[in-house]
Amino acid sequence: MNAKGKVFKYGDNIDTDVIIPARYLNTQDAKELATHCMEDIDTSFVQKVEAGDVMVGGWNFGCGSSREHAPLVIKTNNVSCVIAKSFARIFYRNSINIGMPILECEEAAEEIQAGDVVSVDFKTGVITDETTGKTYQAEPFPEFIQNIMDAGGLMNSIQG
Amino acid sequence: MSKGPMSLGQWFLNKGEKIMGMTMTQKILAAHAGLPEVKTGQLINAKLDVVLGNDITTPVAINEFEKAGFKEVFDKDKVNIVLDHFVPNKDIKSAQQSKQCREFACAHGISHFFDVGQMGIEHALLPEQGIVTAGDCIVGADSHTCTYGAVGAFSTGVGSTDMAAAMATGELWFKVPSAIRVVLTGVLRPWVSGKDVILHLIGKIGVDGALYKSLEFTGDGVASLSMDDRLCICNMAIEAGGKNGIFPVDDVTIEYLTGRSKRDWVVYEADADAVYDEEITIDLSTLESTVSYPHLPENTHPAAEGGDIRIDQVVIGSCTNGRLEDMEAAYKVLNGKHIADGVRGIIIPGTMEVYKECIRRGWTLAFTEAGCIVSTPTCGPCLGGYMGILAEGERCVSTTNRNFVGRMGHVTSEVYLASPATAAASAIAGRIVDPQGYME
Repeated sequence: MNAKGKVFKYGDNIDTDVIIPARYLNTQDAKELATHCMEDIDTSFVQKVEAGDVMVGGWNFGCGSSREHAPLVIKTNNVSCVIAKSFARIFYRNSINIGMPILECEEAAEEIQAGDVVSVDFKTGVITDETTGKTYQAEPFPEFIQNIMDAGGLMNSIQG
Repeated sequence: MSKGPMSLGQWFLNKGEKIMGMTMTQKILAAHAGLPEVKTGQLINAKLDVVLGNDITTPVAINEFEKAGFKEVFDKDKVNIVLDHFVPNKDIKSAQQSKQCREFACAHGISHFFDVGQMGIEHALLPEQGIVTAGDCIVGADSHTCTYGAVGAFSTGVGSTDMAAAMATGELWFKVPSAIRVVLTGVLRPWVSGKDVILHLIGKIGVDGALYKSLEFTGDGVASLSMDDRLCICNMAIEAGGKNGIFPVDDVTIEYLTGRSKRDWVVYEADADAVYDEEITIDLSTLESTVSYPHLPENTHPAAEGGDIRIDQVVIGSCTNGRLEDMEAAYKVLNGKHIADGVRGIIIPGTMEVYKECIRRGWTLAFTEAGCIVSTPTCGPCLGGYMGILAEGERCVSTTNRNFVGRMGHVTSEVYLASPATAAASAIAGRIVDPQGYME
């Protein structure tokens, strides 16, 4: 599986309250929730994002609440992958569990700029900045986690 | 307790390697994975004693549970559903979510289902009701599930899909965490509380200082900390990125659990040769009342330096500080006084038991005569749900746990995190003050 798209770049400690503010959590409708993704720090994100685009963050991406609505609204906006220097652990779990690809790579998250076009090879963990031509090696998932991703998420993997 | 090795655990256990001593967290995880030992980074499947969800996360879990075709929960006595974030329901949509939880709980005969009238804020309620106990392995679809480490349990927050899988199978995958050893010495000074301890620690190590790790508290100073202080400290382990916070089981724990715990408990201790990533020593007697300024909990300052910051609202409550000792601290400051003109004071006891006890002790009257309102338990304002939303540019001193952008309302509003004593004293002053200096 591969991804390719233009980059939306954010800073350190992007918390789940800015990814999807709690004031909207009185619904589980992913499409409705997705219209509010990132709005407290980037009102234009939902207008500009296109299918396949890539989100890049700094340290501790997805910190705060356990709300699974956070990776869900990113996924529902058809973001193909989130690359960050590090992820908060519940966000990391939730992303895997709902089958949304995420990659940890400090160098890539530092150097890739907003608007760059980036492609990702999930099998190898190679991230290519098509705009600059530079490639980066992210840590691929352990086999156990890759199996959950391949199954399309945790519930599919335990049904079998 | 040992039920034989799980297949996944077996798969990942590297038998050829000499395993070092285990942390308290690792010993609980090993026991629940049916393994003699585990090591940092190992992926395991662990059996769960308690699975928890609330009115925001449970509906998503129910959808996943039903979509995957599961018909029954693994154990109706081990699944807990607490309606606390938006109840009594603030609008039609939140009422629908509560209704979905209620119907699921009824259909599955969930014994620990807490609705309006019995509910409390989940992390204040479950310890109070003796549902969580020492030695447990607990997950909750709420990030502050790490609270229960205070009673000597492994407890961590997960998402809704994890909750669905946990409800279905009674187990969940974990990566065995390494740990930071936090050695507490000395005794807290008057007006300084558990909240100041954890804010100080987060200020020291940062909001990702314990990322993926356990915070294991130990040292001579532990004995002087009440259970309410410990619950508050473990509650905010997540604000340092921690997987869990955990206290050793001592006389304070045993006294708390005796007559309260609904199940027998098991005491685990860290091995003497357990390996820690780092050790941090905190002399409790040197700590002062601490405030986290916007917009990260790590942005800590002494309360005494906040004097010029004028405030519009004070919130005292939440899963962090909605317990009886928190109400007592607020009462000691507010009794016989009145909050400043232009400040809205909102006090939210964490459970119905705390709410009733505040009435019995006359504290509710004292709070209202001081100009505050007292609500039944709810998470309400903490996450910007309702019951105290901030307008553009407004400032709130709050005993809650997060001060992110827009957390309690408008994106330009500000939340200052503090202890109940600091929040109460600040309400009277109309600006951020140190309760010690202010009361004397």
